[in-house]
Amino acid sequence: MSYLLRRLALYAVAAWASITLAFVLPRLMPGDPQTAMFARFEGKMSPEGIAALRDTFGFSDAPLAAQYLTYLGNVATGDLGVSASHFPARVGDVIGAGLVWTLWLTGVAVVLAYAIGTALGVLVAWQRGGWLDAIAPPLLALVGAFPFFWLAMLLLLLFGFTLGWAPVRHAHAAGVEPGWTLAFAWSVVTHAALPALTIVVATVGSWLLDMRNTMIGVLGEDYVTLAHAKGLAPRRVMLRYAARNALLPNITSFGMALGFVLSGSLLTEMVFSYPGLGYLLIGAVRSLDYPLIQGLFLTITLAVLGANLLVDLVYVWLDPRARVRTEAP
Amino acid sequence: MTEPLLRVEELSVEYLTATGPVRVLDGVSFVVGRGEVFGLAGESGSGKTTVALAILRLLKAPAAITGGRVWFDGQELTALGDPAMRGVRGRRISLVTQSALDALNPVMPVGAQLGDAISAHHRVRARDRDARVAELLAGVGIDPGRARSYPHELSGGMRQRVVIAMALAQRPPLILMDEPTTALDVIVQRELLTEIARLQAELGFSILFITHDLALMLELCTHIGVLYAGRLAEVAPAQVIGARARHPYTQGLLGCFPDPRAPSLRLAGIPGAPPDPRHPPAGCRFHPRCDRRLPACSAEPPAPRVIAPGHEASCWLP
Repeated sequence: MSYLLRRLALYAVAAWASITLAFVLPRLMPGDPQTAMFARFEGKMSPEGIAALRDTFGFSDAPLAAQYLTYLGNVATGDLGVSASHFPARVGDVIGAGLVWTLWLTGVAVVLAYAIGTALGVLVAWQRGGWLDAIAPPLLALVGAFPFFWLAMLLLLLFGFTLGWAPVRHAHAAGVEPGWTLAFAWSVVTHAALPALTIVVATVGSWLLDMRNTMIGVLGEDYVTLAHAKGLAPRRVMLRYAARNALLPNITSFGMALGFVLSGSLLTEMVFSYPGLGYLLIGAVRSLDYPLIQGLFLTITLAVLGANLLVDLVYVWLDPRARVRTEAP
Repeated sequence: MTEPLLRVEELSVEYLTATGPVRVLDGVSFVVGRGEVFGLAGESGSGKTTVALAILRLLKAPAAITGGRVWFDGQELTALGDPAMRGVRGRRISLVTQSALDALNPVMPVGAQLGDAISAHHRVRARDRDARVAELLAGVGIDPGRARSYPHELSGGMRQRVVIAMALAQRPPLILMDEPTTALDVIVQRELLTEIARLQAELGFSILFITHDLALMLELCTHIGVLYAGRLAEVAPAQVIGARARHPYTQGLLGCFPDPRAPSLRLAGIPGAPPDPRHPPAGCRFHPRCDRRLPACSAEPPAPRVIAPGHEASCWLP
């Protein structure tokens, strides 16, 4: 139990650090940060934008400590200021709308890619040297070596334009009213198909290779030989003895990869005009919407932290040794 | 004469590598009778573990049986199909592996692993299985309450006891024990050997006991085979090995070399190292390290020669 508390404390510190960093960075600009920043955008920014910027960063004549406290309070209450490019929408609302789509798209795609890649890795390692092992790893590694956006455009061209099987942009058809209807759900699923396929195809190979390698290592362990010597069915040896152990290092790299997945989905969302966080971020950078950029970075950082925390919890559940480590040092 | 429990005939195992086959076991033959404890001695790399894995047909590629036969209880194991062979594993012949530390699945409670061994061959009701787990644990001197412990929560000695309990789960007539005490300290080793001897006397199973420790073997085993570089150098009843070992390698392993000019025995290691299995020496494989070699030793491999009933040595020395 104290292991979990310690992990939680660690994540709290990390979250605080990233929030503080988002506060400090704009103030580290050379010269007087406020003047420098506003001067740069003179003439290019609407008065509303400038007001939004002031509001977000808490730039005022108050002492730094007071500004920091105000900022922390704002973040804690979810108040990230006003978006300059979506004026007068609040940054929190803009991000909230995008977050739903990104979580849906990358959530499904990443879990699918991980599940398929890991399952294939187990099979391929189990039948090492077989036909599946000869075909799947090199093929998927090759596909995974293509850049995300290139793959996305290829799929877009092939399935979207040439074959016309799936819609090519947005999260749902314009004519369908959002709501808990079958028509809307179908529209959402078909619109996610191509971007999700891109993410799955691009990442499944690395999961396969990852699992294959750890699995081959585990297959050499004595407990696997002994499981065979007990006369157990091969499937049981493969799953409960070999794969179950190979999953442990694998789940850790899953947590670490989540951050990269978000950046990967950024490019995918861009190609498919998918209204998720990545698409928002690009728009925000183009229109110099600093409050939104800051809000997005904060959201992504916290999301990665949250995902890692989740993986940590799963790990403790999967590995009995992690549970005890702190109880009996 | 009755058929022995296990008969290994001219067993050969090769590593089928890209640069050609490497023979790690070369025509090994021995028998293990019912209730006997057959010790297989030899240095690291002599092929002891390979013998055990070959009997259970658990060799991993590129290793493969390339010659010879293994008979068990009137059945030719080397001719069985995979499903039939799986029926032999654990139920008729079980295995105790080398390292107590790695032999158990780290993410499964030991009771569940024992339960697996019990229900591997036929359906068992959960309650009966749990009762049997408790019985097996108690049988090797472990509190049945530890069934829910994970391997890392047990000491090395306890883990090895669990592995032995697992090997006993189906009451097999033969247990292959591959260095069962190597990873343990001397005191625990002693306790465990006493335990093994007690269980063997009680349940009457046969053991193929594999170790590099010949002294330990003399104590525990009824018969001993000495393996050198993939060939059997000498086979004899344990007392005979202790008293009248013929092969210079066996004598070297025993650590006492009878020197006719010295009044007392002196401790001696064996100078040199075992040969590279890719390039074994011609003739007797031990001859480069033997200080009593004859011209014939490097010319032709010596065939097993009967010294006395049950005592064979592969050596050119008269």
